[in-house]
Amino acid sequence: MQTFNLKACIPYWKCCFELTTVVPRLRRAGQLTDVCLLGSSGGETRTAARFVPSRASGAMSGGAPRSLPSSGQRPIQEICHPLSAEESARRDSSPEPQKDQSLPNGTPVDKSSPASSSSSLLNRLTLDDDFDGETRDLFVTVDDPKKHVSTMETYITYRVCTKTTRTEFDLPEYSVRRRYQDFDWLRIKLEESQPTHLIPPLPEKFVMKGVVDRFSEEFVETRRKALDKFLKRVADHPVLSFNEHFNAFLSAKDLNKRQGLALLTKMGESVKYVTGGYKLRERPVEYAAMGEYLETPTGAFTQSEFLTELREYGPVYSSWSSLEGDLHEPLEGVSGCVSRCSSSLEELTEDMSEEFLPVLKEYVLYIDSMKNVLKKRDQVQAEYETKLEAVVFREDKKTPVPTDVEKCQDRVECFNADLKADWERWQNNKRQDFRQLLTGMADKNIQYYEKVHDYTVGKLEVIVTLKGVMSTWNFCDMIATHFFSLKLPVGPEMFANIPLAKDTETQFDRACCS
Amino acid sequence: MERTMADSGSEDIAVIGNTDLTPSESQNNVRNTMFEKGTNLLKRMEISVAEAEKRTGKNAVNMQETYTVYLIETRPVDAVQEATSPVPDSLWRRYSEFELLRNYLLVTYPYVVVPPLPEKRAEFVWHKLSADNMDPDFVERRRVGLENFLLRVASHPALSNDKIFRSFLTEVEGKSLEGNRVRDRISSEGIVSSSCADSRIKALNATFRVKNPDKRFAEMKHYGDELQSVISQLLRVRARAADRLYGVYKVHGNYGRVFSEWSAIEKEMGDGLQSAGHHMDAYAASIDDILEEEEHYADQLKEYLFYADALRAVCRKHELTQYELETAAQDLCSKKQQQEELATGTVRTFSLKGMTSKLFGQETPEQREAKLKMLEAQIEEGEELVKERNVESGEFVKGAWADIERFKEQKDHDLREALINYAIMQISMCKKGIQVWNNAKECFSKM
Repeated sequence: MQTFNLKACIPYWKCCFELTTVVPRLRRAGQLTDVCLLGSSGGETRTAARFVPSRASGAMSGGAPRSLPSSGQRPIQEICHPLSAEESARRDSSPEPQKDQSLPNGTPVDKSSPASSSSSLLNRLTLDDDFDGETRDLFVTVDDPKKHVSTMETYITYRVCTKTTRTEFDLPEYSVRRRYQDFDWLRIKLEESQPTHLIPPLPEKFVMKGVVDRFSEEFVETRRKALDKFLKRVADHPVLSFNEHFNAFLSAKDLNKRQGLALLTKMGESVKYVTGGYKLRERPVEYAAMGEYLETPTGAFTQSEFLTELREYGPVYSSWSSLEGDLHEPLEGVSGCVSRCSSSLEELTEDMSEEFLPVLKEYVLYIDSMKNVLKKRDQVQAEYETKLEAVVFREDKKTPVPTDVEKCQDRVECFNADLKADWERWQNNKRQDFRQLLTGMADKNIQYYEKVHDYTVGKLEVIVTLKGVMSTWNFCDMIATHFFSLKLPVGPEMFANIPLAKDTETQFDRACCS
Repeated sequence: MERTMADSGSEDIAVIGNTDLTPSESQNNVRNTMFEKGTNLLKRMEISVAEAEKRTGKNAVNMQETYTVYLIETRPVDAVQEATSPVPDSLWRRYSEFELLRNYLLVTYPYVVVPPLPEKRAEFVWHKLSADNMDPDFVERRRVGLENFLLRVASHPALSNDKIFRSFLTEVEGKSLEGNRVRDRISSEGIVSSSCADSRIKALNATFRVKNPDKRFAEMKHYGDELQSVISQLLRVRARAADRLYGVYKVHGNYGRVFSEWSAIEKEMGDGLQSAGHHMDAYAASIDDILEEEEHYADQLKEYLFYADALRAVCRKHELTQYELETAAQDLCSKKQQQEELATGTVRTFSLKGMTSKLFGQETPEQREAKLKMLEAQIEEGEELVKERNVESGEFVKGAWADIERFKEQKDHDLREALINYAIMQISMCKKGIQVWNNAKECFSKM
């Protein structure tokens, strides 16, 4: 038995992928009994793969497989990826595995027989130093929304552009048009095929027709951004991005969709919550409050109402200024300032609602998604537990542990592993996203205040520039002191045209110098 | 860095180096300006409306009612300068007494643009402000308004010397030498002058056509109309905008709450989220300060809204005097005509006399003589009246126009100052906002 040690820095996630596709093939070809991940240090993960040259089939024989870890808490790096075994078993049992592996458009999956030598294995496993995937090989964007009108319906399609160097794709570049239904299909397919993973959420499907205009620029743009984010998250995911359905979505000219059943089955309350595991379960409840809050449209609404009022405000000053003589210019200045401030506020509130709310919404949807995955996980765990109980009772009869219990155990472990990995990734992403978002929001607010500050100073200069009669010493003093304390430039030219009384002048000079 | 203005002898200290111009400080500035331009009264006496209190008592129909009284304090200036600060003379008065005083002034000095009182009932409110006259905020703003009223009257060259005004400030009920309660005096004076004023006021409200109004006054009246309408509009829009802005800030408060709750369950993001929540809350709370400043600005605008009314009143009074002059002149003219007709016996125009003479025959020479004599007397009277009215009108025009010029200058100055204060408040608000968000940004970057 050879032990093949891939010492190169292969990140865990890449390993995961490879294991799910490569291992079964190797196993089928009899090259591999099991694969274990042996420890990782400083981002480096070493994978050991044990090759057995002569094994006929990858099916698990009786007896406890050596490689199965015990259930319970173990560092993730030490947990094998049993799903690979599971998959291979499953695939072997199904009559025509090839069918599943062809793309909807008929292109067969690249099933070149695995190389018998380790070097080609090496070739298959791309080396990637960067855990965060800075050297990404798949870029996806969603843009260019267009309206399609047909006799039956009207809908919007978006252009999905892909650029990649991955060998799974036939071409390095793709450009296809997809509508929301297609995204929905993709998501359902991903949930079906990767039930143990956290699938990024889609923006809401249904919109109240009366309230929101489905074809308004704003709505389409918000949706486009959310869809773009969705695809990017999938593309960044180590497992999901290699999913065949995703591939098809990006590349196929027409999606031959089979409208799948809604995957979100309602779980009964009878699912036993096993406490020994993750506290993740409890957290989503608190997000519910936030989710509810976000649904209320009060935020954007009140801001738009305020802006309507503010827009009326400036012109009133203008009409006042037309009545006045000396006050004409100051009032015009005020009017201009008010208009400029209100448009700055408009910009700020637009930014807030365009950028801030969608991120919050997306995370709430993510939580919903997580809740469902957790429910599934719990169901799997419950299944395992019941089976285990049944076995325990049968223990007295000294029958060997049935394979299906072990399979259940595998599934549970696998689920846990995937979920934990996804959760951590998501937490990390979330933190980065929110840091960026909040910092951006702070910046925008600062910019707004700076703008208003400048406009108001400008206005102040206009008001203060006295052209005619006036001014008393007290008045000048007030201006001088305030400008001084606000660090605004006070120029004697502001007071140039005023006939100041003799003593006022000297006093003013004194003030300016101090 | 405090300075006393030794030159002008002001008793108040200018506040320097403070960015936040609180209402009391800007009031101080107004007061100082008035003082400077000021009158003898202000030079001698410091006037303030220091406090407000609730009282209950029986009103005219013998029913229990609750009302607010305001404490008027006066202090001789010299005493303050010497820093001996004696106990000020003080007395309590309620709003209706102020109203009586103002009506008296209106009637007695028709050519003066009489300073307005603060509003009787809260208008242009938005939901946070209460329209209740007993609300402490309203009472406080009214107190400031009443003080302002007294100071403005005291700074007016003509009004400040009025005896009744002086006694209004200083005489306590029952302590005056003559034993007359000031209120009674005002009311009695008021009644006396109002009886003739009544007819005048009625005439004011009636529509009449003046043939030769002074163009300037017509323009001023038009200006008063426009000013009133534009300021009302401004106040209305402002009230609505304040309402909405309040709502916007409260929404941010909601965000703050969401963030705070959320931060409790996050591990790494907890601190960042909590500071985000904290800043949102502070942001939401800052609206209260902002709107209070805005209220002060609104109050200043309101004063001029009511001033516009007073201005229009002066213009109408001019029209009235002009009308009376013209009526008198017309009367005189027709009487002279009558005289001529009677003397020459010709009936030039269709008249009742002509009719009756045709119907009932000519009158006797004695009757004619009597009539002529009467007419002559009337004509003499009429000429006197016209002369009087002319003089009156001329004086009125002169006095009123001078006061209007004074008012214009005061208005320009005050409004400019109000705009400046508002702008300064906005600027310091921006600076605060920038500071708050910079702090927030720092917290976020550590997330």
